Amino acid sequence: MTKVTMTVNGKAASGDVEGRTLLVEFLREDLGLTGTHVGCDTSQCGACVVHVDGEAVKACTIFAVEADGAQVATIEGQAAADGTLNTIQQAFQDHHGLQCGFCTPGMVMSAAALLKDNPKPTEAEVRHYLDGNICRCTGYHNIVKAILAASGQDVASIAAE
Amino acid sequence: MPKDSGIGASSKRREDIRFLTGEGKYTDDINLRGQAHVFFLRSDIAHGTLDSVDTDAAAVMPGVVKIFTGADFEAVGSIPCGWQVTDKHGEVMQEPRHPVLAHGKVRHVGEPIAAVVAETLEQARDAAEAIVVNITDLPAVVNMKDAVKEGATKVHDDLTSNLCYDWGLVEENKDAVNKAFEDAAHVTTLELINNRLVANPMEPRVAVGDYARGTDEHTLYTTSQNPHVIRLLMGAFVLGIPEHKLRVVAPDVGGGFGTKIFHYQEEAFCTFAAKACNRAVKWTSSRSEAFMSDAHGRDHVTKIELALDKDNNFAAIRTDTYANMGAYLSTFAPSVPTWLHGILMAGNYKTPLIYVNVKAVFTNTVPVDAYRGAGRPEATYQLERLVDKAAHELGVDPIALRRQNFITEFPYATPVAVEYDTGDYHATMDKLEEMADRAGFETRRKESEAKGKLRGFGVNCYIEACGIAPSNLVGQLGARAGLYESATVRVNATGGLVVMTGSHSHGQGHETSFAQVVAEMIGIDENMVEIVHGDTARVPMGMGTYGSRSIAVGGSAMVRATEKIIAKAKKIASHLLEASESDIELKDGAFSVAGTDKSVAWGDVTLAAYVPHNYPLADIEPGLEETAFYDPSNFTYPSGAYACEVELDPETGQVTIERFSAADDFGNIINPMIVTGQVHGGVAQGIGQALLENCAYDADGQLLSASYMDYAMPRASDLPFYDVDHSCQTPCTHNPLGVKGCGEAGAIGSPPAVVNAVLDAMRSGGKDVAHIDMPVTPARVWAAMNG
Repeated sequence: MTKVTMTVNGKAASGDVEGRTLLVEFLREDLGLTGTHVGCDTSQCGACVVHVDGEAVKACTIFAVEADGAQVATIEGQAAADGTLNTIQQAFQDHHGLQCGFCTPGMVMSAAALLKDNPKPTEAEVRHYLDGNICRCTGYHNIVKAILAASGQDVASIAAE
Repeated sequence: MPKDSGIGASSKRREDIRFLTGEGKYTDDINLRGQAHVFFLRSDIAHGTLDSVDTDAAAVMPGVVKIFTGADFEAVGSIPCGWQVTDKHGEVMQEPRHPVLAHGKVRHVGEPIAAVVAETLEQARDAAEAIVVNITDLPAVVNMKDAVKEGATKVHDDLTSNLCYDWGLVEENKDAVNKAFEDAAHVTTLELINNRLVANPMEPRVAVGDYARGTDEHTLYTTSQNPHVIRLLMGAFVLGIPEHKLRVVAPDVGGGFGTKIFHYQEEAFCTFAAKACNRAVKWTSSRSEAFMSDAHGRDHVTKIELALDKDNNFAAIRTDTYANMGAYLSTFAPSVPTWLHGILMAGNYKTPLIYVNVKAVFTNTVPVDAYRGAGRPEATYQLERLVDKAAHELGVDPIALRRQNFITEFPYATPVAVEYDTGDYHATMDKLEEMADRAGFETRRKESEAKGKLRGFGVNCYIEACGIAPSNLVGQLGARAGLYESATVRVNATGGLVVMTGSHSHGQGHETSFAQVVAEMIGIDENMVEIVHGDTARVPMGMGTYGSRSIAVGGSAMVRATEKIIAKAKKIASHLLEASESDIELKDGAFSVAGTDKSVAWGDVTLAAYVPHNYPLADIEPGLEETAFYDPSNFTYPSGAYACEVELDPETGQVTIERFSAADDFGNIINPMIVTGQVHGGVAQGIGQALLENCAYDADGQLLSASYMDYAMPRASDLPFYDVDHSCQTPCTHNPLGVKGCGEAGAIGSPPAVVNAVLDAMRSGGKDVAHIDMPVTPARVWAAMNG
């Protein structure tokens, strides 16, 4: 077992992990942060996307020990302290960008990373960026629309959600 | 002016808050104190005799609690099938035993052979590698037509053959149908494959079994669309646990699409093992396991023929389908190619004579059962590809041929056993033609051609049957269950209320839309209504959510229970107002005496019900809680017309969806935002089936597409924005809300439009191809274009 220490959503977190323990397992099982989900075992679905030192990372692709000392952000830390949804979260609700909610944490975290690097993406850029996030419920229409809306762009001309 | 609350409002979903903040409670988020973990060792061979399973070395590995094999389940029941089809000779289907863990033989890749329960999942997995399994290979039965040939290897040695049943609808019409073909002016024939799919909800299945020795009570937490059905099937047929000692909880469930309807071995195992190990036992499926253990969908091979008279009127339809059951009968598998498929073969058309034949076949593959649409997409695909082919052969416009043959008078009794109550197929087609801008298509085609691309336009209609019912009829058809729904409405003293519904939400937003209905009926704020589902300890016996039944059946039960609440509340109000009950009116959350200004608020009445100081105790009981069970008199019949426009790159065979329009008639709509979202998701799955998805086996029964690296899930960049409309509304005539159901329409209505569009594009490039099978991959298109 190896001791790891990291900052998760602004708070210090540590634990003893096996070398094979994935970051997503550490977050879910050791820290109880079950908002980050596991939807596959081939790093394809993106349900486990978190931010590690500001970059979007699939938490199933790195070991917990690799995140030692890192700043980690998960879905649980996205809303304001009083519970107010952030702009992306609110846009997802406003535009019905989620149904079963399972892919949603990864979608929100990916969208945040996209908008940090590209504050006004085109529809095609959003769709391309989301290639690593699979949703089976929404057909992506309202996810793409929500992200465009969260970027401050007018989405009124896009067919209704 | 759109409403901002109640029925017809696009109320934002209340459940979104927890899903957007990581506070959703899915089954894998449940960890019970002292729980152990199970890892299933699964067969990597499709068919063989299970000669030995040696667990000695594994049993002494670190952390191992107990290892189970098939022998441990000999005294346990078979995983049951919930539908018994009677074949065309009046004989019941062949029904094999389905063990919890393989015993004697393995019959598909992924079948569980042994289960290792250990302190951690990693220890269970490590120990499973030390189990020595000896299997003698047998020839694998994969191809359905080979499977039913004389002398074929049998999947089940104790059955007479691999034929589960040979079913006909309607058998008595067969001769008349054949005669109509002899007399036809034109016959169009089509052979096609409805490709095998994997439902792939993003949340893999999970089961956590718990057992309280002190009270002899079992609890199963599971990713299910219908926890009561699981409780009944597993308790009564597999483990012999009475229902009052068995609680099944399906908390937040991350999508289902049909594959979480069924009772699976892993649920029975975890429940059984929790008692055997005297501690909670948890199983979380990996995605790789899901591909080889979740019931698959579709997988039909069909020959369909259409007879037309000299005026292009449809005279008769004849079909011959082979339907893959896989190695065992999953819960509702036998019903999918029969009573969910054959009865839809009339589609939107007045074809007087129809005969449907279905042969259900056992193979050495994962069991096949309902997947979004379940039988109805298969029927729609055959019929709508066939009508398009006929139009092309006859040189007539495909929309005109459809319109000419539309059913226009309702109710309409089809020749395949069902009666459509309402519909207006011209209205949805009118709407579609407007949305799809067919008039502008030639301009868009020229623009594509200027870029070196081909452009195609495809259309199809669909008819859907939702909310399968009534129970006494489905019982005659072989269902071993009722298909009613339940609701309890519990009003609190201060006026808020809780609805406990037997329906189950796994993405459909019932917590929001169901609350809209009750709030509208009483005239109170939606936030005063709480919706509870998914727990057999809290909710009355209910049948769950599938077949687009929730609002039509579950919603109707909720309406009936709320009507009882209102009726009793009016009695209380009449006492408080000292007026005749018949003069009491309920409006905007207040009871008033007609023609006066006397009124009493909803909250005063509910308080009186629980603090009955001034109360007609001699006439009515205190309290305000009512239950209703609703059993519909018929299915509902949503319908619609869909159009797809594709661009095809002749250099590569790549097809892209440029436009997709959907005009649906769902009857009355509760929440337009949610309904539109349901269509989006369904259409995406239909496009996925048409262009991308295929569950592939090789000739040895090896599953070739067992991960997202191999099975092409639709991604954001594969799909367009969709244009969806549901303004054409012919309300259902036999349920109180006039609703029809919208969950599956998108998946039912979209694949033929896509394939019709692809063939249209190919024709515009000078290649007249009669048919191309799904998924329409670049390789298939290129081969067809260059063949």
